Amino acid sequence: MADEKHSLLGAVIEGAAGLAGSYAATLTHLFRKPVTEQYPEYKRPMPARTRGRIILTRSPDGNERCVACYLCSGACPVNCISMQSEEGENGRRQAAWFRINFARCIYCGLCEEACPTLALQLTPEFAFCKDDIADFVYEKEQLLVDHGGKHPDYDFYAHAGIAAGTPKGSHIDEDEPVDVKSIMP
Amino acid sequence: MTAELLIGVGVMLVKMAVALAVALGLAAYMILLERKLLGRFQVRYGPNRVGYFGLLQPLADGLKMLLKEDIIPDGVDRRIFLVAPAVVAGMALFAFMLVPFGETLTILGHAVPQVIVRTNVGLLLVLALSSLAVYGLALGAWTSDNKYSLLGGIRGAAQMISYELALGLSLVPVVMRARSLDLSDIVAAQSGLPFAVTEPFAFLLFIIAALAETKRIPFDLPEAENELQAGFHTEYSGMRFALFFVGEYVNMVLLGALIAVFFLGGWHGPILPPIVWLGIKVLAVPVFLIWTRASLPRLRYDQLMALGWKVLVPLALLNVLLTGAILVAAA
Repeated sequence: MADEKHSLLGAVIEGAAGLAGSYAATLTHLFRKPVTEQYPEYKRPMPARTRGRIILTRSPDGNERCVACYLCSGACPVNCISMQSEEGENGRRQAAWFRINFARCIYCGLCEEACPTLALQLTPEFAFCKDDIADFVYEKEQLLVDHGGKHPDYDFYAHAGIAAGTPKGSHIDEDEPVDVKSIMP
Repeated sequence: MTAELLIGVGVMLVKMAVALAVALGLAAYMILLERKLLGRFQVRYGPNRVGYFGLLQPLADGLKMLLKEDIIPDGVDRRIFLVAPAVVAGMALFAFMLVPFGETLTILGHAVPQVIVRTNVGLLLVLALSSLAVYGLALGAWTSDNKYSLLGGIRGAAQMISYELALGLSLVPVVMRARSLDLSDIVAAQSGLPFAVTEPFAFLLFIIAALAETKRIPFDLPEAENELQAGFHTEYSGMRFALFFVGEYVNMVLLGALIAVFFLGGWHGPILPPIVWLGIKVLAVPVFLIWTRASLPRLRYDQLMALGWKVLVPLALLNVLLTGAILVAAA
């Protein structure tokens, strides 16, 4: 009987200690600084490769990088990119118009991976609400920026392309064209 | 004579208006206090957007609730469905008329007791009113024509039965010491030591039983969000839903007032004016309830019944015997 009483008392003490422990834990939380980030006042710095709003970037020389190759449009799983190619004044291919419907875009980044000239890039900007869904259709003027995005020093025409201004043999890591007649046996 | 009567009625109306305003105002800000405190207990801020520190949040909530559609589902028993939330809120407010706020004042030669109704069965009336509130819950749940509500209502009713006994029995030692059922007399009997010191077991039992009476964590089985959606108020919306909450929070304040009156010595206290002491004591209890909500998990249903019938009721009976023995020995 005495033994049983002791175990009962022990159980009561153990239970009370358990309750006191959880009360103590919450009490210590009361004096901690909340971990909440107050969003509109404080915007968490997003990683550089966060997939947000899409931009069209420019080369260091200020020319448009996009060559209107339709690869992004083809890669897009929701068909939110459309464009029309044309030839510019300097003989380069470019987009006559370029349109992204952000109401459809799922920010998967496949267009960025498909882009051969690093023109199309996703930015960390994710909060751009509109009252009218039609406003989500961005035209080329809204997509074009005046910097190189994640690759500021890259210039597609310094590596490839034979449009006006960058003749054969003038590119980085490219040999002069060989006159085939000079290497005949 | 008629002038005397008119003054009496006027004073009564003023007291009622003050008590109603204080009870409802406290209940509204109790919701904010709960959300703020619960936030801090969980290492976040809680509402802080509407007004400074979120002080206008209760106002915004009330406005929102008023403007929401009052949905009455098909298949409900309309009359009872519509009345049930008012029963819950009403009974909690009714009980406030019995809570004494201070000593009897003498204004212009008239004795003005600082309580709306002073009766010699005050304690029994309080217990009766708090039990009646469960009818609002159970009937609202039953008429909702929803199985989750029904389960919540059944739980509420069963929980009330298991705890009502312990609640009443835990107050018997208080009555034995105060030799009165009148709440003002009970406070007057504690002008020396509060009953929380002289009757610690009764105090503990009353707090546990009253926790179950307010249907809050760890005894919030009628609501049990993760098992029963929202339990008894699943089908309620708009202002009727809000009335259930007004009832719950008025109940919290009422519980604070009752614990202050029964165990903490009411308005008695050194240095500070009596009304301030009463305020501190009344508010300490809801803060403890919120702290409890942040700390403890919900009891399982059979555990709750076992605790009520097998532990609290026998302990309360033993405590009555113990108090009787002590009183006899002292006399």
